[in-house]
Amino acid sequence: MKTIFERPKTLINKPFTYCPGCHHGLAQRLIAEVIDELDIAEKTIGVGPVGCSVYIYEFFNLDFVMGAHGRAPAVATGVKRSLPDRIVFSYQGDGDIAAIGTAEIVHCANRGELITSFFINNAVFGMTGGQMAPTTLLGQKTTTSPFGRSAEVQGFPFKLGEMLAQAEGSAYIARVALTNPRLINQAKRCIKKAFLTQIEKKGFALVEILSPCPTNWGMTPLEAVQWVEEKMIPYFPLGEIKVKEDGSHDAS
Amino acid sequence: MERILMKGNEALAEAAIQAGCRFYFGYPITPQTEISEYLSRRLPEVGGVFLQAESEIAAINMVYGAAATGARVMTSSSGPGISLKQEGISYLASAELPCVVVNMSRGGPGLGNIQPAQSDYFQATRGGGHGDYRTLVLAPSSVQELVSLTHRAFYLADKYRNPVKILGDGMLGQMMEPVTWEEIELPPLPPKNWAIKGKGEGERKFILCMELDPQELEKFNRKLEKKYQQMAEEDTAWEIFGEESDPHLLLVGFGTVARILKSVIREGKKEGWRIALLRPITLFPFPYKVVQKMAEKAGKVLVVEMNLGQMIEDVKLGVEGKAPVHFYSRVGGMVPTVDEVLQKIADILRGEGRK
Repeated sequence: MKTIFERPKTLINKPFTYCPGCHHGLAQRLIAEVIDELDIAEKTIGVGPVGCSVYIYEFFNLDFVMGAHGRAPAVATGVKRSLPDRIVFSYQGDGDIAAIGTAEIVHCANRGELITSFFINNAVFGMTGGQMAPTTLLGQKTTTSPFGRSAEVQGFPFKLGEMLAQAEGSAYIARVALTNPRLINQAKRCIKKAFLTQIEKKGFALVEILSPCPTNWGMTPLEAVQWVEEKMIPYFPLGEIKVKEDGSHDAS
Repeated sequence: MERILMKGNEALAEAAIQAGCRFYFGYPITPQTEISEYLSRRLPEVGGVFLQAESEIAAINMVYGAAATGARVMTSSSGPGISLKQEGISYLASAELPCVVVNMSRGGPGLGNIQPAQSDYFQATRGGGHGDYRTLVLAPSSVQELVSLTHRAFYLADKYRNPVKILGDGMLGQMMEPVTWEEIELPPLPPKNWAIKGKGEGERKFILCMELDPQELEKFNRKLEKKYQQMAEEDTAWEIFGEESDPHLLLVGFGTVARILKSVIREGKKEGWRIALLRPITLFPFPYKVVQKMAEKAGKVLVVEMNLGQMIEDVKLGVEGKAPVHFYSRVGGMVPTVDEVLQKIADILRGEGRK
């Protein structure tokens, strides 16, 4: 009998503990599938965030380092500079990467650090209970923007991917969503490209993954998926934002 | 043995290389920038990595990443920069990662100035970051000792899997003195089998800094407590100078101040004063027992610091009220002179009568 579907070897046999309808689990499964396909698990090191996915290390059959809130790009830099022949990826949420850790991600990208960064954008702080994030949409109500985010008071939703694309050192920047099978397949291709960008020493790579947070949005999982498609994607358009093809770049 | 005239900051940087440090992450700040400049030239020569970070926060977290791989790694800064590193130092202590953090301290608070001061004593010895943790703190008082204590700092960091601070000041970093370079031998260390290197064909490993279960976190806190007790038992270091057997005054000072106090003792000898100096070399762990023993012997204590009175709290904890503890200080980047301290001693001895 031929096996046509199984758990990626890079995932531990343990159910994800994320809320129903959250896409952290989907995103992490895709990352694991790509690590399997590239056969790099033995030399891959993950760097975890602070936030809902702080327990990411529990699900991956990989060496993992947990760092401080927002500092994963700096921690990953230290790991990669020390072990340049390993594959290093970081995984962060929107509060982690686009608020408290803005400086670290910008300079990591600008140095062309040879790491692969995953950015889960769900437009709220999830773990602390749904506060406003830098990516919260205008008009979106959160526990700290109870009247809806207004440009005058809280500024605009932050397009981190577009900003990082401006950095000379970034080689691959893409934004994906996981709301239907077509988009999931597209996302997996982008995740693979982001790892290959590192393997081929082209520079820094980041994949932003739009993700629903039904718990903190106060929606059912299906409503939340719809909200990603109807509200988030128009403001955070999907696709490859930057693909640098020219030559290899060795940051070390 | 070759003796080379070297600036303190450069001697420390070279000692780090000799001690096997191959990774440095830092951010420029006076009066320690020569450490960065020296290592930016020297580390590539020995196959190491020098990286100027975008901030002190990034630098200490790069240290965290490199330390997680088992590398010998350091960063250096001065007061304001160390404040920014405190978050990372707390995480390093929590993740039990070895590293060396140098503070060539300057006048504060705030931006303060760039002159020597000892006002970061509390910051160094009481943590400064959040949570119940300690770092070993080594306090050199000469350029030669910057070299030997840098070696020791890397050794202790690995021995305890804990950050080690070297607390100097702008004067020690900037001064030039002859340095003898010799092989420094330290006891063997266990292999770093905890280091993250990619799991290879073995079991996966984690470097973590979190424990949500309070019963488990308490166990971990107690484990750290044992480690700090072991530091006190095995690695407390101090120097006694001057009249050790029958002093009638005990001076206590560290780092730059201790150099001045040695001159004070030589001058005081001409007056017939029998004075002992206790110079703590480790500020954490602090030599409490020696302070008490020497204070009881001398009957009077004078603490001299370049701050408003920080180490004096440890001295008093050691003395336990068994002798009066006097204090003299210069602050704001001012350095006490030999004459000022001699005058203070004369006042103390006059006020209380000669022994």
